[in-house]
Amino acid sequence: MIRPFGINEAFFIISAIQWTVLLSLTAFAGGALGGFAIALMRTSPIPALRRIASGFIQVFQGTPLLMQLFLVFFGASAMGWKLNPWVAAAIGLTLHASAFLGEIWRGSIETVPRGQWEAAHALGLRYREKIRDVILPQAIKLSLAPTVGFLVQLIKGTSLAAIIGFTELTRAGQIVNNATFQPFLVFGLVGALYFALCWPLSMLSAHLERRLTRASR
Amino acid sequence: MGFQFRFEPVLAAWPELLEGAWLTIQLSLAAMAIGLVVAVLCALAKTSGPKPVRVVVDFYIEIVRNTPFLVQIFFIYFGLPALGLRLSPGNAALLALVFNVGAYAAEIIRSGIEAVPRGQIEAGIALGLKPLSIFRHIVLKPALRATFPALTSQFTLLMLSTSVLSAISADELTSMANNIQSRTFSSFEVYLVVTVIYFAIYMLFSAMFALINRRAFSYPSK
Repeated sequence: MIRPFGINEAFFIISAIQWTVLLSLTAFAGGALGGFAIALMRTSPIPALRRIASGFIQVFQGTPLLMQLFLVFFGASAMGWKLNPWVAAAIGLTLHASAFLGEIWRGSIETVPRGQWEAAHALGLRYREKIRDVILPQAIKLSLAPTVGFLVQLIKGTSLAAIIGFTELTRAGQIVNNATFQPFLVFGLVGALYFALCWPLSMLSAHLERRLTRASR
Repeated sequence: MGFQFRFEPVLAAWPELLEGAWLTIQLSLAAMAIGLVVAVLCALAKTSGPKPVRVVVDFYIEIVRNTPFLVQIFFIYFGLPALGLRLSPGNAALLALVFNVGAYAAEIIRSGIEAVPRGQIEAGIALGLKPLSIFRHIVLKPALRATFPALTSQFTLLMLSTSVLSAISADELTSMANNIQSRTFSSFEVYLVVTVIYFAIYMLFSAMFALINRRAFSYPSK
């Protein structure tokens, strides 16, 4: 039975945006926490912590996101836990985001001039105070543009949750396409909706980057 | 313990995995080579093309960078036949990869081209070089050299994203893994082995890029 592509089908696809947004925000929030920990470990004075963090980053940057989602999804069921696709996707994307944000923020932390660390040290600040009051305020400014840029990557990455069966925007498109056989229209609409989510963020990221290069001149 | 790992059926399927890995490598290399040509042309069009061409290239780049690769694949594989262009999974896969990486690489190369000092080009003109030689030796080579790290990390992402092509059964590594898992039911084991293979390909590509960097771009810069 082929259904025509009507207002209900379009509405079904459009309302699936909420799941894409929710998954993106969940992974971004979790990834921000994890990424912060990874960035601190990666720049820590303790060599063992640095090695663990850089191994974590390398594994997640050197393997496909789809495999990371599969391993969480099938790994849990091999252990006898039945994760639903939403939880599996959220965990997988959170780990993925932790590694990438950790690497981005490591870069920002290391760009803060060495002398700032030394000055903070000379003032007798503890590690906590050094990070909170001296390093982070400067590193955050540097990290804004690439962080927003990564958020765009992450939103696009949530589309892979469709492959493990979570009904977000892309999966909603697949479902409608299977019923209506209007791939051009359906995936055109799905693409346009992602564009509406991502493009303003890309513009923001580019704007932040321009402002930073201007400020540094 | 409620679980037991069974790697034997996965390892028994090694010829399939090898074939899939080889196709993943071939697809990645082909897409890099063709994508690089597309990217250089787009970057050239964006930096010195006429206005209408710049607008079209901009539109292409923004579309690609702000939509997921998976949706691009579905659009090309399922959507284009509606316009009368029917592609095999393999051809659709290569087209999708080139379409995708071309846009990302174009932006990277454009930034490299724009960083070439005006005076160098003027020096080239003063020496009587032809426009094509000026572009090749004075603009493109330093631009590629300056952007090589960004470009190769984009190419690495491209290689990793080939696994998404399994959504249209392109017979690359992840597709092969899907076949094996539906036959053996050792899902976790199959994907774990395949993830390790991807990581090995990642290391291989990193080594290859480092070699190219040393061979092609090690002339003194200042």
